[in-house]
Amino acid sequence: MKAPKFSYVRAESVDHALALLDQHGDEARILAGGQSLMPTLNMRLSRPQLLIDINRLDALKGIALQGDRVRIGALARHVEVLNSPVVAKNLPLIAEAMPHVAHVAVRNRGTFGGSVALADPAAEMPACALALGATFVVQSSKGRREIAADSYFKGLYETARAVNEILVEALIPVEKPGTVSVFLELARRHGDFAMAGLACHARIDKGVIAEARLVYFASEVRPTLATRAIAAIKGKPWNDATRDAALAALADDLDPMTNLHGSAAMKLHLQRVLTRRAIDQAVARARAA
Amino acid sequence: MANDIPTKATLTPFDRPNSYVGRNLSRPGARRAVAGRGTYTDDVVLPRMLHGACVRSPYAHAKIVRIDTTAARKAPGVALVMTGAELAKRCTAPWMGTLKVFEGMKSAPQYPMAVDRACWQGEPVVFIAARTRAEAEDAAELVEVAWEELPVVAEKKTALDPKTPVLHASLGDNLAFRKLIDTGDVEAAFKAADHVIEETFEFGRHTAVSLEPRSMIADWNPANERLAVYISNQVPHMMQYLFSRTLGVPEHNVRVVSHDVGGSFGMKIHSYGDEVAACAASMMLGRPVKFIADRLESFLTDIHARENTVRAKIGFNKDGTITAFDIDDLSGIGAYSQYPRTSVFEANQILNITAGPYKHPNYRARATVVYMNKVPTSQYRAVGHPIGITVAEALVDRAAETLGMDPVEIRRRNVMEDNSYPRLTGSGIKVLDLSHQACLEKLVRLMDYDALRAEQALLRNKGIWRGIGIAAFIKGTAPGPQGLYGAGGAPIAAQDACTIKLEPSGNVICAVGVSEQGQGVDTVMQQIAATGLGVPFESVRVISGDTETTPYGGGTYASRATAIGGEATYQAARKLRAEILVIAGALLQSDPKVLDIRNGVVVDAANGTLRIPLSEIGRIGHFQLGELPNDVQPTLSVTHRYRLLDLPYIFTNGIHGAYVEVDVDTGFIRHLKHWVVEDCGRIINPQLADEQVRGGAVQGLGGALYEHCIYDENAQLQNGTLADYIIPMAVEMPDIVVDHVQTPTGQSELGAKGAGESGTGAAPGVIMGAVNDALRPFGARVTIQPMTPEVVLQALGKL
Ligand SMILES: Cc1cc2nc3c(=O)[nH]c(=O)nc-3n(C[C@H](O)[C@H](O)[C@H](O)COP(=O)(O)OP(=O)(O)OC[C@H]3O[C@@H](n4cnc5c(N)ncnc54)[C@H](O)[C@@H]3O)c2cc1C
Repeated sequence: MKAPKFSYVRAESVDHALALLDQHGDEARILAGGQSLMPTLNMRLSRPQLLIDINRLDALKGIALQGDRVRIGALARHVEVLNSPVVAKNLPLIAEAMPHVAHVAVRNRGTFGGSVALADPAAEMPACALALGATFVVQSSKGRREIAADSYFKGLYETARAVNEILVEALIPVEKPGTVSVFLELARRHGDFAMAGLACHARIDKGVIAEARLVYFASEVRPTLATRAIAAIKGKPWNDATRDAALAALADDLDPMTNLHGSAAMKLHLQRVLTRRAIDQAVARARAA
Repeated sequence: MANDIPTKATLTPFDRPNSYVGRNLSRPGARRAVAGRGTYTDDVVLPRMLHGACVRSPYAHAKIVRIDTTAARKAPGVALVMTGAELAKRCTAPWMGTLKVFEGMKSAPQYPMAVDRACWQGEPVVFIAARTRAEAEDAAELVEVAWEELPVVAEKKTALDPKTPVLHASLGDNLAFRKLIDTGDVEAAFKAADHVIEETFEFGRHTAVSLEPRSMIADWNPANERLAVYISNQVPHMMQYLFSRTLGVPEHNVRVVSHDVGGSFGMKIHSYGDEVAACAASMMLGRPVKFIADRLESFLTDIHARENTVRAKIGFNKDGTITAFDIDDLSGIGAYSQYPRTSVFEANQILNITAGPYKHPNYRARATVVYMNKVPTSQYRAVGHPIGITVAEALVDRAAETLGMDPVEIRRRNVMEDNSYPRLTGSGIKVLDLSHQACLEKLVRLMDYDALRAEQALLRNKGIWRGIGIAAFIKGTAPGPQGLYGAGGAPIAAQDACTIKLEPSGNVICAVGVSEQGQGVDTVMQQIAATGLGVPFESVRVISGDTETTPYGGGTYASRATAIGGEATYQAARKLRAEILVIAGALLQSDPKVLDIRNGVVVDAANGTLRIPLSEIGRIGHFQLGELPNDVQPTLSVTHRYRLLDLPYIFTNGIHGAYVEVDVDTGFIRHLKHWVVEDCGRIINPQLADEQVRGGAVQGLGGALYEHCIYDENAQLQNGTLADYIIPMAVEMPDIVVDHVQTPTGQSELGAKGAGESGTGAAPGVIMGAVNDALRPFGARVTIQPMTPEVVLQALGKL
């Protein structure tokens, strides 16, 4: 388990990194925290010719409130997001999810941008970003563009980011007063990638679900907004009938992968269990608020 | 942990005030490890050293049509590219993994690397030595092997079907071994019994996952034709034999050194082809060659264990008396039987120990062991016990359930009485000095069993589903010459030895044949030597893990180090003490009988008056011998060997309790608390004994809950990383409460039995019992390990 030979450049600026990307195209990889990239190199599952280290690029760092959005720089480490008062106050969904991301050592190096760029189907941050309606900012030598989370996650490890683009930051609308969020996942051991998970953001008025975004991950090839289940609960009080309708609709929203962690049938079952628990909890939180 | 106060009226030498037996002394090795000053094999760097890597078979079964190594030989940094056929030419003979005690057993001859055919995915095919491991891996990618895929035997259940291809034509079929034990009259007992229950259990193949993988450096010196091997291993002398015999180097010219070993668990007591290849490479190059298995190689090539299906039956009467057990085991081993210990021990131990705590007069046990295209299985911590104990305890629980009897009560009625030894188990094994009743009652108190039951009932009303498990066991430890290796003809020391020396300074060197893998063997030997001799703990230094400096011994496995090596050390220390007293007597013109050694000083036994310190004996005994009369010629060095005399094993016993909560919606199991009461005889170091039990329990729980080498229908391993093969971590593990009953074995003066596997054997059974207890209100039962959420949900009918 030793990586094949590769070249390494420490980017001095975003432009420098982008120029290198232009020059080397698919032969190059951005190196952020390295927590996902390095194992694939060591196992020789991928063999880029060049690693472009972005770890010194201050432009990609930091977490700050900008108007009604929180900017999380691509290089913000998981541990920084975990400890950020800005996140805790404005993005409780992400604050609730972050302790489930890996273990301390991995969180110390791994980055928010790395998670979003990689788009592992079982990763927590992509699901949360989608649930909160985030916008991702990417940049190439031609300039910047914004991609809505809704159209960013394309498939298994597949995103709308082009090969010559760097993910610069995520802009995430703050969770407004009157809304609630709940994050739940099932992993065999704490810190493992989940086998089923749900990021939920909703507005519940007097027991009626006025608006909701339910994003499922781990079971699907990409974080998945459950439009049919959402339709089944929208404008309804959370009762047995609504619940049954939502759980039934979930079969059409989801197309779980069978893999080592379990069968598609089990994952659908678990996502239904999480749905029930998450909305129960959301309703309780709304009531308590 | 509460030590039992000795009940015997007479105090033993181990109860003396300056005895170190029964005391928690911290391990000198721990301090070294914490300071980062351990010497693991990868820490050793020799001049001109090369690094090895292997080309391994990507197929479970395939013919090697052609190997082209041209490009690899030219790759940067490469010193050697050696194929399996080339290595075979350097070997004296192929290995044959059979032992004569296993009557009718068959195995095929095996070379260290595949010669013309690979029989499991991961089997080494080509060995490369290069300047760095990375360059060796680069070169490995350049080796072109033309493969012709052969049909694969992936399923043990169909391995003996006539339609299934035969793995080794010379064997005629895929059968490795069959065995039957039949005592009493099982059929008649089932006919007469009030109830008979049958159930089938599945166990998933898993492996040891030592933190430090298999690691070694082979260093051949062409100038004196000696081979030194630094290797992370449990059995230096066995490895000396193995390398010597396989490569034709005279045994006295092979030195095997095991410095610090980062975990082993039985996995490092076997032959591995890549290790022999590294030795051969060093011999061909005249340079040291390091080979460190990476994690993927470890999963693919370390021995696996426990791929079993067991159909079992219990017969019992209305009053709870168990009258008969009948078990039928199918073991799926690998493509070969692992040399030199074989791969049939698992099955053999299942037959020996299943239902071992109980008094049933009728017992029948069958084993069928079959070959498959997978990496060989072999001895891994608590060989066979997790399976046999799970099966028997599950059936005992079913019997209790059928009768509406408490699981504790049915065990109370059926365990062997503490005053009934010696006696035979149902399988015909002689057992002595066991304490099932005492352990059971102690466990019930320790768990506060009745309170747990009350809490369980209360929580059920709130929709919280908790379960309590109880699992009693016997454990074979410390095999002797009549054990299977000794009687089977294996080249494995069936005794152990200690050489103890008084140095001129009065300090003591104690070289032992048992070895240390982090569990504290060296510390325990130090405590025993200091006690036997009467010297301060700090004045003894223990040497282990080096064939050049230790007396011939078996190393550490099968919970043998303290029971066998400890007694050798104790007796060696006693002999040295006797010699020192003779010398002291001559110098002091006293009768040695009235002298004693206490705290490093020869004293008057009667009143403790200081007579002469050992530093004086050391000085005179080595330098100023003229002060001694002519008829006293000190050796100040004693070797003592100890073996078990009339028993194959020292059997031990104990019992586990578990308390779990099952989420019946998700199938997730939360292990809340675990208890172990075990009897390993006299305990030398209570803390080390407890930690052996705890670590062992976690390893058993791993197999029951998480660990599984998952193969597809082509016998391709699906989970060769620690992300996909999951092992228990601290967060998921409960507090494990450990207590002991101490019934010293009568086989030795020290009275210690084995402790290293008592945590492992019953852990899978007790947690399965607890899970089934939790699921009982739903009429659901789990009989498959590992008990994944999917297995639990299926049992609940939710999928
Ligand atoms: C043991 C372990 C457990 C883990 N458990 C979890 C878990 O439970 N949940 C979870 O979400 N994650 C988990 N991870 C993954 C971890 O969160 C990673 O840190 C994260 O997925 C990737 O972030 P990184 O900064 O390490 O990215 P890297 O490994 O450096 O990069 C990952 C990929 O993203 C690309 N990339 C990175 N940054 C950018 C950028 N700014 N622009 C464009 N491309 C970029 C890289 O080129 C590469 O292809 C685990 C990792 C380990 C090792």
